[in-house]
Amino acid sequence: MAEKVLMKGNEAIAEAALRAGCRHYFGYPITPQTELTAYMAKRLPKMGGVFLQAESEIAAINMVYGVASTGKRVMTSSSSPGISLKQEGISYIAGADLPALIINVQRGGPGLGGIQPSQSDYFQATKGGGHGDYHLIVLTPSSVQEMADLTALAFDLGDKYRMPAMILADGTLGQTMEPVVLPEEHVNVVEKPWAVTGTKMAREHNVVNSLYLVPEILEKTNNDRFERYKYIEEHEVRYESYMMDDADYCIVAFGIAARVSRNAVTALRKKGIRAGMIRPITVWPFPKKVIREAADHVKAFVSVELSMGQMIEDVKLAEECIRPVYLCQRSGGIIPSPQEVTELVEKLEGGAE
Amino acid sequence: MAVTQILIAGFGGQGVLFAGKFLAYKALMEEKQLSWLPSYGPEMRGGTANCSVTISDEPIGSPIITNPDILIAMNLPSLEKFENTVVPGGVIFVESTLIERKVKRDDVTVYYLPATKIAQELGAPGLANMVMTGKLIRECPVVSHDHLEDALRKVVSSRHADLLDINLKAIETGYSVNG
Repeated sequence: MAEKVLMKGNEAIAEAALRAGCRHYFGYPITPQTELTAYMAKRLPKMGGVFLQAESEIAAINMVYGVASTGKRVMTSSSSPGISLKQEGISYIAGADLPALIINVQRGGPGLGGIQPSQSDYFQATKGGGHGDYHLIVLTPSSVQEMADLTALAFDLGDKYRMPAMILADGTLGQTMEPVVLPEEHVNVVEKPWAVTGTKMAREHNVVNSLYLVPEILEKTNNDRFERYKYIEEHEVRYESYMMDDADYCIVAFGIAARVSRNAVTALRKKGIRAGMIRPITVWPFPKKVIREAADHVKAFVSVELSMGQMIEDVKLAEECIRPVYLCQRSGGIIPSPQEVTELVEKLEGGAE
Repeated sequence: MAVTQILIAGFGGQGVLFAGKFLAYKALMEEKQLSWLPSYGPEMRGGTANCSVTISDEPIGSPIITNPDILIAMNLPSLEKFENTVVPGGVIFVESTLIERKVKRDDVTVYYLPATKIAQELGAPGLANMVMTGKLIRECPVVSHDHLEDALRKVVSSRHADLLDINLKAIETGYSVNG
């Protein structure tokens, strides 16, 4: 078995990206993801890659757009306010059907907010973020190991479906050190005949563009893209089911909230309350089917979030209003404690509203 | 011991993150589960800094520690802030050169160690953190006393390899001191 090393989540993402063949990074430092940028600054030049600290987030994402057009693996990373600045570029990249990886190590908002962990960019990440009809593949790690593993996966999925992917992490996971087995080096095997790499006068020009002035053509482009999205929703949903077999209460939580909720499930089980958890690993596509199935046998759902309650809307849509859905949340950079989750479920078990 | 949650707190510059990292690497080498989480943010400059280290035989849930089993308090503000968060039956290590008062609770085990003074006598005034770590290893078997140097090599950068011996000495002194 490969060696376990100790790394911060931010560093694990960076190292996993390098091992996935990413040699182009464009970014702008922001807490709490700066270790990622620093890691890339240290490593990429020595590997013959490009590290560039852009003059702004907007410049960085457009540099990503440029490299993505050539079919090379490319990424940027930031935290919430910086990700907002990148939205225009992300929309263009999605509109041009290009793979690229965007890392969001979330902090509290809105506005400049704070620098402590948050999950309040859920809407932005899963519903589009920029203008126009589009989605990102959004992966939500809940350990340093997953920071590495999902980064590698995000590059592969992005290439496979020609679309941008996002790692939606948070400040705690970015800063936490845990043992991690780093993914193997793997070379990009996906053919990219669409890439803009010079024709050498041997083929037609490839054009990368998101502008379609003829409505019928734009509509067809959108329809084709949504056919792909439909396929992804059917084939790329990922989640973890924890103690769900006999569960009366289904906690739905991702990222750091899922780590807290895991403690809560253990505590509740010790008290004889049958709690379980569905942990979405992809939040787009959202694990609708497993949540809908859970609605047939649980009494209630509890969405645990570091926001005012965003994912809860997707939980409600997924379970089709069959059971009540409760919210356990903190915001502003505060993480709900396992006790807060436990107390809410205990209240439900006690027959409270 | 299934899961042990350790909170190390002091002010910036006392090496609380470093001491935590050492414990983390030591646990890694003993093939235990672990997590290390620093406080980050404006409070790191001048105020209190702390880090949460969880060491376990089982997979770890949340890396966030709200009620530590073990608290190492390196200065008074840290003791004030975290004394009451320690679980009943837990352990508090008090840096008694800087903290003059006693722990107010009677449901925890307390060790008072003038680690700063001991470190000064060793000629390494910056290593009170490692003296305290040595004491922790002595009193709480979260990691073993063997092969300390291997874990130290992971946290002391090669640039500062000359500091390995004095770090080791600080740990050993903390380990052997009575109190």
